[in-house]
Amino acid sequence: MSTERIIAGPEGMDAAEAVDDLTTEEHRELEHRETEQEVSPDTAAAVPLKPRRWRGGIANWGPPVAVAVVIVGLWYLVGSVILEPSKSYLLPPPHAVFAVYFDPQVAPDMYEALWNTAVVALTGLVIAIVLGIVWAVAMNQARWIERSLYPYAVILQTIPILALVPLIGFWFGFDFTARVIVAILIALFPMVSNTLFGLQSVDAGQRELFALQHASRWIVLKKLQFPAALPAIFAGMRISAGLAVVGAIVGDFFFQRGTPGIGALISKYQARLNAEPLFAAIILASLFGVVVFWFFGWLGKRVVGKWYDFA
Amino acid sequence: MTATESPTTTTSTLLDFRNVQLTYPNGTIALSGVDLTVQRGEFVTVVGPSGCGKSTLLRIASGLESASEGTATVNTTRVGYVFQDPTLLPWRNVRQNVELLAELQWDTQAVRRTKAQQAIDLVGLSGFEKHLPRQLSGGMRMRASLARSLTLDPELFLFDEPFGALDEITREYLNDELLKLFVEQQFAGLFITHSVSEAVYLSTKVIVMSGRPGHIVDGFDVPFPMPRDPDIRYTAEFAALVGEVSHALREGHGA
Repeated sequence: MSTERIIAGPEGMDAAEAVDDLTTEEHRELEHRETEQEVSPDTAAAVPLKPRRWRGGIANWGPPVAVAVVIVGLWYLVGSVILEPSKSYLLPPPHAVFAVYFDPQVAPDMYEALWNTAVVALTGLVIAIVLGIVWAVAMNQARWIERSLYPYAVILQTIPILALVPLIGFWFGFDFTARVIVAILIALFPMVSNTLFGLQSVDAGQRELFALQHASRWIVLKKLQFPAALPAIFAGMRISAGLAVVGAIVGDFFFQRGTPGIGALISKYQARLNAEPLFAAIILASLFGVVVFWFFGWLGKRVVGKWYDFA
Repeated sequence: MTATESPTTTTSTLLDFRNVQLTYPNGTIALSGVDLTVQRGEFVTVVGPSGCGKSTLLRIASGLESASEGTATVNTTRVGYVFQDPTLLPWRNVRQNVELLAELQWDTQAVRRTKAQQAIDLVGLSGFEKHLPRQLSGGMRMRASLARSLTLDPELFLFDEPFGALDEITREYLNDELLKLFVEQQFAGLFITHSVSEAVYLSTKVIVMSGRPGHIVDGFDVPFPMPRDPDIRYTAEFAALVGEVSHALREGHGA
């Protein structure tokens, strides 16, 4: 450790040449710096704050609309050309199905049933979201809780809900409560697994940053893990939302006491071979699922889209 | 093996490693017999090949890990730590990121604001307070990360290869900025890098490490005065010292 070492020896020469090789561009850079002290090379490279490129329009909507047109076309084709007239009740033409939505005899019942199903689905979804996040946070706080509870989250996912249906009816009656429980059971797992994944995916460096300040568990959860998990949580919500609708409709089928849901109507139309209302009800239920899925996608984009590419 | 400190060193020695060894539970020895001090006014840089345990030194100094043997003493509570990655929180803008550490220390909003603004001005990010990390270049993210640590007003500043992922031009520019901060803010620095010329340019002292297990093979005092002229990099004296350090690195690696 002495200053004598700076005297150039033969072993220093190759490094000196290497430094020389670099200099032309660096010198230019240095001159540039002298003249423009204020603008540093890396600040100049900053991306300006500007709204994201508009990406709606034909590019987004074109392909799915084209597919819809093809499906409706095939539907007409099968119904009028391929199917014998005596069996046309198997596939009523699209316009006849569409007309059901304006039929004063049928439509009001159908909308009311959809509303009832929506209430069940959204109640179930909200409970599943809260329960799923609490469950995941608990598992994330201690290894032993995770080890004790995760297998049951998986079981929840793997047991056929239909097998549980008789039990649910037996315990909770055959109306609203039972339907909500079916919706919760189906929607819960994606919330648990996605939230847990999100909480655990926090970057190690960021964790250490908090550890160096001796941040408490609660602070780490609140200021680091939970915000970091939000994209995963919203992805989970979107999946759970679609599933909650499925759960509510399944519940409608089996628990028909009280105000009927759209599932109850579907089974009624099916029993009476009412093809047009049956198709109309199925499409309505599917559309509702799509709308709910889309809504949570939109919500996710609203909340985390600024810093995360929420697809 | 607790070392007794002589009265003269208690005030000026901010970091004191004596015979530090770190053995992982699986038996791997990461560091062995490391003696290292960082005094007030010193900027010590550690160079060494990947995996030689140089980052482990910092982890022990910061308390993220503790020595299995020997003593590692840090004589200040104001320790800044700059990670290899900027580790900015992507949902917070520059100001909110820079305020984070003050926030974790329960400073009031007004104090946080002042500290953050000073630090942002120091690293030259004024005007970018509302930008999110994703809207910044790599160099600017690193500046924001530096600013965040500066809010602690550190007496001892630990740097874990902070500029390793940046391009040459940005790296050199940030080296100059860092030197300016070192002169103005009067912290002591312990800087990890694998670039010899960066090490020589930045430091008052260069430590050469080698791996398996990690140990110090050599040390060089850097005689160039502070503040440093960027053009010093193109002098024969500078090149010669870079050569010496490179040579020590190669020898240590070969051994």
